[in-house]
Amino acid sequence: MTSSIPLSAQLINLFAAVILLLGFAMLAQRRMLSLINLFALQGFCLFLATLVAAVTTGQVHLFYSAGLTLALKVLLLPWILHRLVRQLKVKREVEALINIPTTMLVGIVLVMVAFNVALPISELSHTITRGTLGIALAVVMLAFLMMITRQKAISQVVGFLSMENGLFLAATSATYGMPMVVELGIALDVLVGVIILGVFFFQIRDQFDSLDIRHMEKLKDN
Amino acid sequence: MISISGLLGQAFAILLALLLAPLLSGWVGQCRAWFQSRTAPPLLLPYFMLQKLFNKDVVLAHNASSLFRAAPFVIFGCMVLACAIVPTLSTDLPFAPAADALALVGVFGLARIFIALAGMDVGTAFGSLGGRREMLVGFLAEPALLMVFFTLAMIAQSTSLVTIVETLAYRELVIYPSLAFAGIAFTFVSLAENARVPVDNPATHLELTMIHEAMILEYSGRHLALIEWAASLKLYAYSCLGLALFFPWGIAPGDNFFALVAAIPLLMFKLAIGGFLLAGIETVNAKLRIFRAPEFLGTAFMLAVLGLLVRLLLEVRV
Amino acid sequence: MDFFVLMLAIPLVSGALLTVVGERDWAPNLNIVASLGTFLAAVGLTGEIIANGPRFAFGEQFFIDSLNVFFVSLTAFVGLTTSIFSGPYMKNEREHGRLSVPRLRLYKGMYQLFMFTMLAALTTNNLGILWVAMEAATLTTVLLVSLYRTSASLEAAWKYFILCGVGIAQALFGTILLYFAAERVLGESGNALLWTHLIDVKGSLEPTIMALSFIFLLVGYGTKVGLAPLHNWLPDAHAEGPTPVSAVLSGLLLNVALYAILRCKVLADGALPNGYAGNLMIGFGLFTLLVAAFFLSRQKDVKRMFAYSSIEHMGLITFAFGMGGPIANFAGLLHMTMHSLTKSAIFFAVGHATQKTGTQLMEHIRGLIKINPLIGWGLMLGTLAILGMPPFGVFASEFMILTHAMKHFPWATPILLLALGVAFAAIFGKVQPMVFGETTAKRLPHAPAMTPVFLHLGIVLMLGLYIPPYLTRWFHEAARMLG
Repeated sequence: MTSSIPLSAQLINLFAAVILLLGFAMLAQRRMLSLINLFALQGFCLFLATLVAAVTTGQVHLFYSAGLTLALKVLLLPWILHRLVRQLKVKREVEALINIPTTMLVGIVLVMVAFNVALPISELSHTITRGTLGIALAVVMLAFLMMITRQKAISQVVGFLSMENGLFLAATSATYGMPMVVELGIALDVLVGVIILGVFFFQIRDQFDSLDIRHMEKLKDN
Repeated sequence: MISISGLLGQAFAILLALLLAPLLSGWVGQCRAWFQSRTAPPLLLPYFMLQKLFNKDVVLAHNASSLFRAAPFVIFGCMVLACAIVPTLSTDLPFAPAADALALVGVFGLARIFIALAGMDVGTAFGSLGGRREMLVGFLAEPALLMVFFTLAMIAQSTSLVTIVETLAYRELVIYPSLAFAGIAFTFVSLAENARVPVDNPATHLELTMIHEAMILEYSGRHLALIEWAASLKLYAYSCLGLALFFPWGIAPGDNFFALVAAIPLLMFKLAIGGFLLAGIETVNAKLRIFRAPEFLGTAFMLAVLGLLVRLLLEVRV
Repeated sequence: MDFFVLMLAIPLVSGALLTVVGERDWAPNLNIVASLGTFLAAVGLTGEIIANGPRFAFGEQFFIDSLNVFFVSLTAFVGLTTSIFSGPYMKNEREHGRLSVPRLRLYKGMYQLFMFTMLAALTTNNLGILWVAMEAATLTTVLLVSLYRTSASLEAAWKYFILCGVGIAQALFGTILLYFAAERVLGESGNALLWTHLIDVKGSLEPTIMALSFIFLLVGYGTKVGLAPLHNWLPDAHAEGPTPVSAVLSGLLLNVALYAILRCKVLADGALPNGYAGNLMIGFGLFTLLVAAFFLSRQKDVKRMFAYSSIEHMGLITFAFGMGGPIANFAGLLHMTMHSLTKSAIFFAVGHATQKTGTQLMEHIRGLIKINPLIGWGLMLGTLAILGMPPFGVFASEFMILTHAMKHFPWATPILLLALGVAFAAIFGKVQPMVFGETTAKRLPHAPAMTPVFLHLGIVLMLGLYIPPYLTRWFHEAARMLG
């Protein structure tokens, strides 16, 4: 019965649910800056979920992981993205490739798929947060969908980062986090990736006078 | 089975609904005025309106059918019934077994059909325009509302509103993420169903955007009074439903008389806060274009489905 | 000093040095010297492994056995020859005004860092670090692909980053699931991602989780291998990046990604004895082979065409490893070696050819044999080798794969023959007029470095005629490790 779930697991479930909700909100969001803020908020929920898991289990590396999430996903990356958006002046709305309600419906289907895929696995998990594995997979898939449907380069990157959020949630929920050295490596990769992309945005804009990737359709097999 | 106190409580709840509903509308109007830095209309304005309208003669269009005349009574009756089913003060409601949550959706649907038919009955352009839009909104809002009820029904293992409220009000404290989803979805649906701002604006007669007002343009006198009153009752019913489902604390269990008495000020307090928040939402948001309304309600539906899924994944233990 | 530490330290330090110090006259030489040092260290390491057997490094985080030391030496060798090739090639590009001095600095720095990430990916024992190194390899090559800063190269790099980023994210999810499965057996000791520990308990890993995990890993790393339908980035990145980058992408990066899949397949096979992982790889491999073969005939850009040829061969190798067993694994490893050497040689030749003619469009490249017989013959022989003509080594490995398929998977034989035939017709039909025919090309300011081309082709030819017994033993041992 439901009453047997400890409070910490309930809290993590709640945060996971909010992360999923934010995933949908990002899917629906048209404005760049709001999109980045939503991403930061998602990172913050991930931070809280990891923190609760850390406090409950008393595992030190989860504290580090939470701190890493806070520093990178809540503060640093949104700050970089904010700066980029301002400098590149791409505040205006982006029209999605598919209209938003359709995207949402596809998103719902993806969530169902993710939940079904994860169900047999989460039943095997012994951690307090096993239910969240399905949510994590759903977040990954939603971010994937966002990357497919969006036209602007920055929203694709936000989608990519949101996918990383989902993966971290998966790592926290299924296994209480990956070994520290791996998490550090992943964080470093993400950071370097965003910096490289930041440089990249400027090159793309200089070449195409726009950050709209619809211009990038020249390379095709004719 | 049906106790005297239960009957009394039921009668009192209906009476309270009839009395409080216009007050709630007035309160929301007043809060909106404050938010928009306007001079607030008097709190009792809706009562004055009702009194004025009841005292006026009815003017009917030449081609109005009997349906046009019967509709206000049907709509009013539906809303009174809805208010009777929703546990506002106590969970000891003799009427409750008559209709569960799904039937409540049906009651609202019946009222909607009548108001849309009445709107089209006279044959004016605005009437049929409003009727069509109302049906569009309803067509999208109803599944979302049903999904919300399904989520709650899964938690309570019953579709009876009384059982749901009892389960939620007297359980130990468990965080249900699904309830958060359902709550947001319910708020969206309530805004749409009560012709509130992101979907419709009850305070204007702007012809291009209106929905609810377009349907009732042809009404006057006591018919209009009944419809206005029914609209207030609908808002009241939705507010009480939201409070009962998502903030059920303080609703009197069974036939406990003192708890019932204590529930009244608590209910009024919760309604006041709810009305204040509603006015806030209406002020902060701009009205959507009518073609964006499906998107808004689609979001509500999506949230409700998500709530259901989250319920299945996170909260059900095999 | 330890060969292993040396092998990782040289590219890392020289990469940093080349980035910081900038483009000097000696920079190309430093690039070559560093690659040579890496290669020598790799050779030393190989000798050590052959003599003493598998070893660990940095605690248990790195592990070198006969399987990955084979890839390490191959990687270091192709890295060396590519750096030799890129010396005059990049000078010519600069004279043509296609590259500025800062870009050359970026190129050399990133080239060494790319070598470092690949060697780290190959030698790590930790599947998490393997992922990190693969992602880092993507990041370094993204900058290399967009080196020309033309709109086409930016588009290619963007596609490359996004597709591989998505792919590699799937691989991370697979790794998390794998860790999850392993943690149930190995406990929370932090060893649960170490391959040497995993291999001991592979039989007791939860099959449900491993099945899902392997799908994610295969799709994720498969994106980097270029398995259809996630291969779209590969032709673009190969066609628009500088030719040395195309050579190392095709010759090395694809191998490393495939290596990652192989490591995971061993674990999945342990948990799922019914050949689940192998069947998935057979399916993906055959599909990739077919798709690539039929796309080959539609190509107009020479580098794009050979990129598709890489996809085709990756499909074939994936198929071979999917069949499993000592013979197929042996053939797969042999084919990987042959393909690396041959394809990088072809790209070297193609690079010089496009520089001479100033275009990558095949219909404008004519009469290479008249411009420069070395380039012409290099391209022709390389093409014949990659198409599997005897006596080159690719023939031997393809023949082994084919005969093994006929024996154990007869239904796949017609598909293989069809794909190989279509590919042969497409490539040969297009290369032949490029090599022979009339020409309009001009002289280059810097003489092309043709040594790497013929060095590679010579080795491929030699291996086609005669495989030294120690190499056979080595291949056999590596193949045995793959089960």
